[in-house]
Amino acid sequence: MNFGIIIDNIDLYLQGLWMTVQLVSLSLATGLVLAVPLAILANSNNWLLRGPVWCYSYFFRGTPLLVQTFLIYYGMGQFQLIKESILWSVFREAYWCALIAFTLNTAAYTTEILRGAIKNTPRGEIEAAIACGMSRLLMIRRIILPSAFRRTLPAYGNEVIFMLHGSSIAGLITLVDLTEAARTINSRYLSPYEAFITAGLFYMALTFLIVWLFKRIEFRWFAHLRPRSG
Amino acid sequence: MFNLYGYGPSILEGSWLTVKVALLSLLLAVVLGMVGALAKLSASRSARLVAGVYTTVIRGVPDLVLMLLIFFGGQMLVNDLSTALGYETAPDIDPFTAGALTLGFIYGAYMLETFRGAILSVPAGQLEAGYAYGMRKHQVFFRILLPQMIRHALPGFGNNWLVLLKSTALVSVIGLDDMVRRAGIAGRATQKSFTFYLVAALGFLVFTTISIILLRWAEKRYSLGFAPRTH
Amino acid sequence: MKKLLTAIAFIGMTCAGLGHAAEKTVRIGTEGAYAPFNYTDASGQLKGFEIDLAMALCEEMKVKCVLVQQDWDGMIPALLAKKYDAIMASMAITEERKQKVDFSDKYYNVPSKFVHKKGSGIQDVSPEALKGKTVGVQRGTIQDNYLTELYEKKGVRITRYGTQEEANLDLTAGRVDLLFADSVALSDGFLKTDAGKGYEFVGPDFTDPKWFGSGVGVAVRKGDNELREAFNKAITAVRASGKYDEIAKKYFDFDIYGK
Repeated sequence: MNFGIIIDNIDLYLQGLWMTVQLVSLSLATGLVLAVPLAILANSNNWLLRGPVWCYSYFFRGTPLLVQTFLIYYGMGQFQLIKESILWSVFREAYWCALIAFTLNTAAYTTEILRGAIKNTPRGEIEAAIACGMSRLLMIRRIILPSAFRRTLPAYGNEVIFMLHGSSIAGLITLVDLTEAARTINSRYLSPYEAFITAGLFYMALTFLIVWLFKRIEFRWFAHLRPRSG
Repeated sequence: MFNLYGYGPSILEGSWLTVKVALLSLLLAVVLGMVGALAKLSASRSARLVAGVYTTVIRGVPDLVLMLLIFFGGQMLVNDLSTALGYETAPDIDPFTAGALTLGFIYGAYMLETFRGAILSVPAGQLEAGYAYGMRKHQVFFRILLPQMIRHALPGFGNNWLVLLKSTALVSVIGLDDMVRRAGIAGRATQKSFTFYLVAALGFLVFTTISIILLRWAEKRYSLGFAPRTH
Repeated sequence: MKKLLTAIAFIGMTCAGLGHAAEKTVRIGTEGAYAPFNYTDASGQLKGFEIDLAMALCEEMKVKCVLVQQDWDGMIPALLAKKYDAIMASMAITEERKQKVDFSDKYYNVPSKFVHKKGSGIQDVSPEALKGKTVGVQRGTIQDNYLTELYEKKGVRITRYGTQEEANLDLTAGRVDLLFADSVALSDGFLKTDAGKGYEFVGPDFTDPKWFGSGVGVAVRKGDNELREAFNKAITAVRASGKYDEIAKKYFDFDIYGK
């Protein structure tokens, strides 16, 4: 195996790495922001509020990310209305298409994770909040959400990793991410081992980084559960 | 409502292929997962190491990258192997087999973790009792461990299956003529990509829904006699 | 896993062995996404100039032909892995490819050209003039190679696609400004279709053999001289007998054989 070709083309991989990092972090951040209100709505007693959120969640969790991405990238071009409006400047760019698809996808999964956590907020905490005279909004902000975030940490860590792995399809809509960089090298030099093993190593490094990051956050946020040393 | 311009039968054929790949991969994944879980829990250090590397690599690398590696690299490997073994022609590994093998190999790692957790959830006392009665290892496995393990494994197994099912969409990338690929071909030919990808999406929703219903039934059946889950 | 692999290997080898017992079969790999040379119709059948020519050549060689569809990226690896014995997928004869495979004599030769949207204002297609613009090309082709070496380095954005069809689609979607590909594939596979209305060729023909090879030939595994010679004889024969022209006339109204 000749890893020399990888060294020669390392800037293509770095370019791909940057694209992957951008896509994953932006879509996770936006998805999280979207998921919080959606998760709260999903726990509402009013089915008119719960229903749409459930439908959205069901669709985006029940279909592959690949199909969702294609629907947006290739699908939007079917509608003359969109092609002629200002929206086209967004849907025309593969970058935005990918971001929209990834965001909607991770928002759906995150909503589901948060929904479950909010629903399982220990009764005692809610009773205490009401006893203190907190308004619903204040209760959500000070008690329910922080508690829910802490409990979703392991599951959300998994979601972050799934998003990282899912982003590898960006190359299928012409974006040059890590996987696409590998495909280009493979195509040029007919060296699949070098090309894809290198990409694999980059992804593994990122995965370990994320796992380490979440272990540290867990360590801090679960400080109150740590065995007492005194 | 949906005018499919005659591509309907083609997409239906593709969906059948999707199901076939998914089921075959599931079979391989379950077998690998079970073997691997026992390896990771075994006394042998080398078995634990191999299983550990297996799960770490698979869960650290995206499905698509592994698929491309195995598809492109695998062809070369099989060819070299065959020549080394003295055969004239190499066995033909078509996209279907390549896809099923790859997906099975990947999800074997996830099943491994699910099964490992499930095995650990079966009280050790149950197994000890079995050995105390003079049962052999395989008797303990099939009569005591497995039935009790299923209940713990079902949620994780169900999740893995749903993810695997959706991952079959990736096999279209290495050329398998599945539902997603056919939807793409139809969409390109008719300039109606949205319609056809929506059809593919609905196809997946149907499979997902059926799976969830079956899994719920299985969970209920295997939980008979146990206290209901609190959430 | 090992048992499964061994079982598959065994079955595969048995089938391969059985195949040899009957009349000689030649498996030919093709892409199926490069109209009018090779494409897939609505029912999934492989059609096109190269498919018809392949059948004629096999008839000439007195062998049975089986077509195998293969994505472009894996075309040569699959040949080397013996998934098929020859490639007829508009693969140009280049020095670089000759290092991995052997080629028959050429069976057609057409130049490469740029395509743009009518009225786009692009006249000059030199690397300097196209700086900042985006060109769509199929990954792993001689055109991809040319653009990568001469255009990408000068600041022209190159977007690579798995198939020419996808590239065409994105031109109509306005995602790329130009396409660069085989002129006949562009004219018959795109410009003459409904989707291609409003687009036209721009710039000169590109034919430099250094980059674009010396025509399209049948690729076979290195050292497979018997098959290569058989194809060469068959190509000469169909050209002499007029069968080549008969097939070509179905698709083209000009000389596709080229110089």
